[in-house]
Amino acid sequence: ARGLAAGPETHFGFQTVSEAERREKIYQVFENVAKKYDVMNDSMTLGIHRVWKDILVHKMNPSPGTLLVDVAGGTGDIAFRFINYVRSVRERQLQQKLKRHQNLSWQEISKSYQEEKVNPLGDSQVVVCDINKEMLKVGKQRAQHLGYSEGLSWVLGNAEELPFDDDKFDVYTIAFGIRNVTRIDLALQEAYRVLKPGGRFLCLEFSHVSNPLLARLYDLYSFQVIPVLGEIIAGDWKSYQYLVESIRRFPPQEELKAMIEDAGFLKVDYQNLTSGIVAIHSGFKL
Amino acid sequence: LRAPPLSAGRAGLSRAEPRAEEEPEQEEADGSFQLYPGHIPTSPLQKALLAAGSAVVALCDPYRHDMVAVLGETTGCLALPNLRDKMKHDPEGYRILQERPRIRLSTLDMDRLRGLPDGTLGREYVRFLEDNKVSPDTRMPAKFVDDEELAYVIQRYREVHDLMHTLLGMPTNMLGEVVVKWFEAIQTGLPMCVLGAAFGPIRLNARKLQVLATELVPWAIRSGRNASCILNVYYEQRWEQSVESLREEIGIFPPP
Repeated sequence: ARGLAAGPETHFGFQTVSEAERREKIYQVFENVAKKYDVMNDSMTLGIHRVWKDILVHKMNPSPGTLLVDVAGGTGDIAFRFINYVRSVRERQLQQKLKRHQNLSWQEISKSYQEEKVNPLGDSQVVVCDINKEMLKVGKQRAQHLGYSEGLSWVLGNAEELPFDDDKFDVYTIAFGIRNVTRIDLALQEAYRVLKPGGRFLCLEFSHVSNPLLARLYDLYSFQVIPVLGEIIAGDWKSYQYLVESIRRFPPQEELKAMIEDAGFLKVDYQNLTSGIVAIHSGFKL
Repeated sequence: LRAPPLSAGRAGLSRAEPRAEEEPEQEEADGSFQLYPGHIPTSPLQKALLAAGSAVVALCDPYRHDMVAVLGETTGCLALPNLRDKMKHDPEGYRILQERPRIRLSTLDMDRLRGLPDGTLGREYVRFLEDNKVSPDTRMPAKFVDDEELAYVIQRYREVHDLMHTLLGMPTNMLGEVVVKWFEAIQTGLPMCVLGAAFGPIRLNARKLQVLATELVPWAIRSGRNASCILNVYYEQRWEQSVESLREEIGIFPPP
């Protein structure tokens, strides 16, 4: 399969390290940044990362009853959006049902309100899977703080070797996570394995900007400003230096598309956001 | 400016794109740019951004000691060479620059210092650390100073800060810190000290401000002017000396 070097050498940002070292270093990066992860995301992207994540979930367009696994889901951004989305779809569903039946008895109306209370998500579920304990901890705290509990579970796991059975999920998402995986090919194979036939793979990740002027500005901002923001806000220059380097190291749109196809996915396509700073790749297990 | 090493399996696609001009010295994977352990080379733009950002954060949250440290490092480019020269031209200071002593829990014999008679530098220093529940090991190492010797100078300044508290008799609350900053501003000329001295009082109430303005600051300024350079004192060799005699020797007036 195309992809990473067969030998144990790989990269950590612009450094060359062994695969084991890379995993260790990346674990430490996220252990360090976990508490300030969300603040940093807002600062670095000026809040735009929220729009990107909204677009991802809209593209997914989940209906009630969908089973989602959000890998490298860390602090829960995708999971919470998924829950909000299916909740509102479910509400609309119930409203439509009410509208259609003009002559409802009181019993039927109160039954439908109860349905909404008892099953607000319509049996939808999201499993947040992350390799890093600190990130999961922050995610659970956020969930508690924001009031998310129904239909949500947290699992410690490695994208390269998921702790789930075959053919389990309707949708697999990985948002800003696949870049940190050491063996992307393995992660893609695992994604294929745990998806049900007909299931969808969605990946939101930093990608490559082709417009040369924008690329220069983006590079300038990335290398001059982002590590400074990391130092000022999180007291951690090096983790954010790693972040911007790892974005440059990650395969561009077409190459990632090929890797996804190699894992067996069909109808693979991508959509550039913000001129290619970020891209959403999509594929189906058919 | 090297291109980053390519990983062999990338199907021939080159990652070394239009980056040559864009990334100057921040590739600290490159050992030759790192002048000392912990050194992070920075471009002038980054230093400016760091200085501005750390100033804002330090003002909003004075307990972010790391931001105070960063502010000191990024704005000290004129004051630090000055201090280094003062040290070079003084016999004791010169020795300090040569021997590079560090004040750390691992290098200090706390029990011995505690056993010294009251009024000695060693005894009072330990008393200060215990009363204020601070430790010399919480000082940030220098990161953004682009000269190895100057990095030591600012490190020495940080480590000597607690001794300043001891010699000036000031506690580590906001008021005490501001007074020490005034003294240090006069002594070192570091912009960070000047900013701290000027803006620190914003957080004090009216009563404290009055004491500050009428008694403490004038005394700090007089002492700062009168005293010889505080970095030229080899404190580690003077633990047995009494605080009073050391004050007299340096030229610090007795605290009000």
